[in-house]
Amino acid sequence: MRDPILKVRDLKVEFGTNDGPVYAVKGIDLDVMPGETVAIVGESGSGKSQTMMAIMGLLAGNGRADGSAQYRGKEIIGLSDRALNRIRGEKITMIFQEPMTSLDPLYKIGRQLSEPIIHHGKLKRSEVRPRIIELLKLVGLPDPERRIDAYPHELSGGQRQRVMIAMALANDPDILIADEPTTALDVTIQAQILELLADLQKRLGMAIVFITHDLGIVRRFADRVYVMQKGEVVETNDAEVLFTAPAHPYTQMLLAAEPTGTKAPPPPTAPVLLEGRDVAVTFRVGGGFLKGPAIDLKAVDRISLQLRQGQTIGIVGESGSGKSTLGRALLRLAPSKGAVRFQGKDISHADREAMRPLRHEMQLVFQDPFGSLSPRMTVGQIVTEGLLVHEPHLTRRERDARAIEALAEVGLDPLMRNRYPHEFSGGQRQRIAIARAMILKPKIVVLDEPTSALDRSVQKQIVDLLRDLQKAHDLAYLFISHDLAVVRAMADHIIVMKEGRIVEEGATAEIFDHPREAYTQALMAAAVDQTRFRRSA
Amino acid sequence: MTETISAHSELDYRQSRSLGQDAWLRLRRNKAAVVSMIVLIALALTGIFGPMLSPHPYDRIYPQYVRAPASFEAYPRADDITPAFESAIERGRVTIGEITIEGQTARALISNDEPIDDRITRYVDRSDLFSNARIENLSADGLSAEMVADVQRLRFLFGTDANGRDVLTRTMIGIRISLAIGLLASLMALVLGVTYGAVAGYLGGRVDNVMMRFVDILYSLPFIFFVILLVVFFGRSFVLIFIAIGCTEWLDMARIVRGQTLTIKRQEYVEAAQAMGVTSWGILRRHVIPNTLGPVIVFVTLLVPKAILLESLLSFLGLGVQPPLTSLGLLISDGAANMRGASWLLIYPAVTLTIILFALNFLGDGLRDALDPKDR
Repeated sequence: MRDPILKVRDLKVEFGTNDGPVYAVKGIDLDVMPGETVAIVGESGSGKSQTMMAIMGLLAGNGRADGSAQYRGKEIIGLSDRALNRIRGEKITMIFQEPMTSLDPLYKIGRQLSEPIIHHGKLKRSEVRPRIIELLKLVGLPDPERRIDAYPHELSGGQRQRVMIAMALANDPDILIADEPTTALDVTIQAQILELLADLQKRLGMAIVFITHDLGIVRRFADRVYVMQKGEVVETNDAEVLFTAPAHPYTQMLLAAEPTGTKAPPPPTAPVLLEGRDVAVTFRVGGGFLKGPAIDLKAVDRISLQLRQGQTIGIVGESGSGKSTLGRALLRLAPSKGAVRFQGKDISHADREAMRPLRHEMQLVFQDPFGSLSPRMTVGQIVTEGLLVHEPHLTRRERDARAIEALAEVGLDPLMRNRYPHEFSGGQRQRIAIARAMILKPKIVVLDEPTSALDRSVQKQIVDLLRDLQKAHDLAYLFISHDLAVVRAMADHIIVMKEGRIVEEGATAEIFDHPREAYTQALMAAAVDQTRFRRSA
Repeated sequence: MTETISAHSELDYRQSRSLGQDAWLRLRRNKAAVVSMIVLIALALTGIFGPMLSPHPYDRIYPQYVRAPASFEAYPRADDITPAFESAIERGRVTIGEITIEGQTARALISNDEPIDDRITRYVDRSDLFSNARIENLSADGLSAEMVADVQRLRFLFGTDANGRDVLTRTMIGIRISLAIGLLASLMALVLGVTYGAVAGYLGGRVDNVMMRFVDILYSLPFIFFVILLVVFFGRSFVLIFIAIGCTEWLDMARIVRGQTLTIKRQEYVEAAQAMGVTSWGILRRHVIPNTLGPVIVFVTLLVPKAILLESLLSFLGLGVQPPLTSLGLLISDGAANMRGASWLLIYPAVTLTIILFALNFLGDGLRDALDPKDR
């Protein structure tokens, strides 16, 4: 057996907080062989990112790393920044989750790429340009001669991630650490980036450490998998073995976390609750003094739909397809053209005052459980706020009773209602957001990517919760998501959107099994078929 | 650093804390901020109770002690009392022996060829320095005795000013007035600025444009010109000063709050409230304003010293507080005029103001660090 290029022994990471030390990583061992792909899988809070941050010397100010990590036999834990800089950025490089924020918006991408190359003394500033173009070609960025002078905001998310990869490859690293490199991207782009990484590894022969919460992604992509839970490695094995015969219950749980089941459509006699006809939303972009004429951007382009009682319509599409805007337009939260009818009543011209009595019938749950709860209100206050508007006659005590009821219904301990949102995990926060919608006893709930920011196992719980609530109250859902696995489990009718238009619509089974349009097929292929990233050994 | 290190189980035994309590814990760990807070409280107490406890009223003029330097020595000095006592007794045509001064009484041995008449105490009482003169220890033959008189001796720890007023008491009054103006002006700026900025930012669009252009117009008015106008119209008064300062300082506050509001109103919790049909006022009150508080509190702690400085500037220019009432600014202005001959007139008020400003700025910095959500 060859010597591992990176050898981690008994690595511990702890953070000093107001509540005493928190142990994020509790002594893990890890080996990376030259040229292999190692995946570290775990849910948020499992310490998978902190492990790599500790090795790279990038822990937050209150963090401390203990133990040993050797790169080619050289200890790197506890090295000074100066000594560490000779290794990181050159021999060990990293790409991050968020391509939107990991590039400095002030510099052209050519300049950003040249920094690490010049810094590590490979080339002089005057000679660096051909090398950068070569790198950009390598990562498959179209038209590299022109893009080298582009600013980050001129590139799409996928293109930025390619630039990040190019930057990481600039000094021919031995190890590339990829921290959730595809999580923030659309499924089709996600597939391309994974393919690119697999291809680059084949050509350049570096080792890749792939950190992710999604076991599905690493299925065929990784040689070996480490599964982390609460700061410890609970299982490690070759990928093939791990996926066919997971030993640890946590791994089994992660593998089984894909939401399952299907939803039967409501009876055709069910009353139509919400009807949109030719709904269109346009944003005016640019224009004004000295800026030339304004351009009307059609975010939603004449879409019609009918939502019946007990029905779930899944709206699927990539980011920028207008699916969230459509949801808001139907709730009269965004100005739109076309007709919207709620229980037969035309509300397309209703103003805020006219809408207020109807608001409690139509609720909204958001994607980001961190942004959708006001940080300065207690959970009790957040959940009962709607009651202040719609049932102002309730006393404080009655509102409190309703809060207890609502929190219990979404599976939270009602004793927690005096706490603040920042004390809860993502899944718990999403439950609070659902309780806030449910306390008003709505008929329609628009769910805007309610599971996208959550771990797989938590996703499954939220999906189950939403289905239970639907059954109990005969709710109608408008389920907006880019995650096809979740949509498949939740929706009985699917609308596929692209650039503000409906590409295809139909019953769930029909869309999944027999997609007619090329776009739908591409979407399905990218999401479902992950066997394409098989590496030739 | 997207991971939150809090599993479900940890939540159960950890005690509940709001963001405010968290910030308080962080603030307590900042030594400079804690010391500043203690200093400020001590100074505020001095400002409130000091003048009441001081033996000198702040507007009492001691004509005989003009520009007395700061010292622990009691006035009048022993060197001044002895000759005065001597010359007063001499008028009674008696022979003067040894003169001793202990605390508030002066004693002199006197003797004469004839029996001593106790009416000679009148000569002593006539002097400004002495009171309650009396004859004690009259000898049996009445030829020798002790002349005893009370001397009112005063201490001026910070000295006296050009009019003979106690600088210590005046400095304490100055602290009171300056802190009060700083707090009231900041409070006014806070209320006006937060409401105005939050409304403008939240309503947005044309309303925002009109409201903020109005702020821009006010910005372009020169502050001093504005104050002079106010003073000319309404006369000089204490209330006017903090209104004038509040009226100019709320502009910054309005801009800060408006900027905050613009980001907060795009937050999903605001949209969630809109989707629930909460009124605009309810959203402003429950969601927008509480969430702007972090930066606002920090700005206020930095605004208080600014207001104190502005008041000092106004008083320095003669537009501020009316004498005999005083403020630190006015005291410094007086001190600056007498800098060469009587440096204590400048030093003590200036040092006090500096300490207040230092403490407020340290506290403001500490608060900013404590409230910074990035630290979480």
